[in-house]
Amino acid sequence: MVEIDYNEKVKDHFFNPRNVGEIKDADGVGTVGNPVCGDVMTIYIKVKNNIIIDIKFKTYGCAAAIASSSIATEMVKGKTLEEAEKLTRDDVAKELGGLPAVKMHCSNLASDALREAIKEYRKKQGK
Amino acid sequence: MKKVYLDYGATTPVDKDVLNEILPFFHERFGNASSIHSYGKEAFDAVENAREKVSDIINCKANEIVFTSGGTESDNLAIKGVAYINKDKRKTKGNHIITSAIEHPAVLETCRHLEKQGFNVKYLPVDKYGIVNTKDLEDAISANTFLVTIMYANNEIGTVEPIEELGKITKEHNVLFHTDAVQAITKISIDVIKLNIDLLSVSAHKIYGPKGTGALYVKNGIKLEPTAHGGGHEKGLRSSTLNTPGIVGIGKACEIGKKRMKKDTFYMKILRDKLIKNVLEIEESYLNGHPEKRLANNAHFRFTAVEGESLNLMLDDKGIAAATGSACSSKKLQTSHVLLAIGVNPKEAHGSIRFTLGKYTSKEEIEYVSDALPEIVKRLRKMSPLWNR
Ligand SMILES: Cc1ncc(COP(=O)(O)O)c(C=O)c1O
Ligand SMILES: [Zn+2]
Repeated sequence: MVEIDYNEKVKDHFFNPRNVGEIKDADGVGTVGNPVCGDVMTIYIKVKNNIIIDIKFKTYGCAAAIASSSIATEMVKGKTLEEAEKLTRDDVAKELGGLPAVKMHCSNLASDALREAIKEYRKKQGK
Repeated sequence: MKKVYLDYGATTPVDKDVLNEILPFFHERFGNASSIHSYGKEAFDAVENAREKVSDIINCKANEIVFTSGGTESDNLAIKGVAYINKDKRKTKGNHIITSAIEHPAVLETCRHLEKQGFNVKYLPVDKYGIVNTKDLEDAISANTFLVTIMYANNEIGTVEPIEELGKITKEHNVLFHTDAVQAITKISIDVIKLNIDLLSVSAHKIYGPKGTGALYVKNGIKLEPTAHGGGHEKGLRSSTLNTPGIVGIGKACEIGKKRMKKDTFYMKILRDKLIKNVLEIEESYLNGHPEKRLANNAHFRFTAVEGESLNLMLDDKGIAAATGSACSSKKLQTSHVLLAIGVNPKEAHGSIRFTLGKYTSKEEIEYVSDALPEIVKRLRKMSPLWNR
């Protein structure tokens, strides 16, 4: 049996996720996860002068995955690509005020998806 | 906030009549049922009265009921009890057990434990509804088989197994037949004699009795190795001072359950079918389990591109208590073994949710859930990268 008890901040981001949706003309899109293991996340970024000026996400998954996506988008909006790339799952979990131990892997998804989106953006730029 | 409990398959509130019957046994009538004095006699009589009531609901003799600490212990005592008894006392000296792939962990894990002890266990597959094929059982039985343990009704998807046919086969082959009837009791009329059942597990807290009390029917003549050795209570099968309040509770719960079975199941089935009809109006929603051969109180669904834990939490936010079939609760895949066994692909199994109704469920509650659910599914799909319709 596993204890899953989310704190208020996680619940807030789960019930009222920020930056949900798609960016039709996104500069970079990153999808990670696998529905077989439970969570899938797509992150869309809009970049101007090396800064993430807009970011949206779509997530299929548990509350931890959705809350991680939501807070990660808030954390990197307005940041440079280099700053955003440094985001780790621990940063995400910490910003959420902690996640149940068995849910830590769900916060991976947000930082991984973000890095994928940045990678795709750079590839498109031919850099 | 409105609160709607639709998780009666997990546990039930103690019926007020059961509670009133139990309460005096904590303080006034606290005696030890093994004591020779009047206090003991009072407790002893209450226990024996409860034994009668439990036996009555499955049509066995009172002395064939052993009280335990719950469904889990009953399953353990039945399976390990038969496996560990001196082989000369068993009908067969073999080491082969047959069970199904969709058993409750209380049975599955006990079987896995026995495998480590050198026993051979066959896990019978089930069809897409969760039903064991009787032909598969026939084929699996060998001269080495000494026990078949197949649940009466599944706790997740509510599928009811063909117990009568299975009992015929085990009898024909002279193999012991145990069934976990934890979910079935009080919802299906059970006659252990007619059904050729040798061992049957019951739990009080699923039938409006207290938690931590169960019973095992052990047909007279069947020898079991005890799982708890000690003072020799319950015919030496299960030592420990009898839990008089719990036992009084399971007795009363069975009495009420038997009396109300027809009425309650009739009523729950109407509401359950209403819920199924309403929910299946949601685009790409599916019913897991069998459309008819299912417990009267069980409705189990899956929704494309919707994850179960999120769904469950959003329902909870609306005051609705349901159960998730699976959650990504660990790094490992934790997809329900039942859903996998019925062939739901792991991706879809994550989007499952179980509603189990009870005798206190009202029409208004079903309407409330029927209204709330489509909104929540829509909301989660809007967020889901797997939903692009
Ligand atoms: C089919 C089945 N068997 C066994 C059990 C275990 O019963 P208990 O909680 O009384 O140990 C349950 C309850 O979860 C059940 O549904
Ligand atoms: Zn997760």
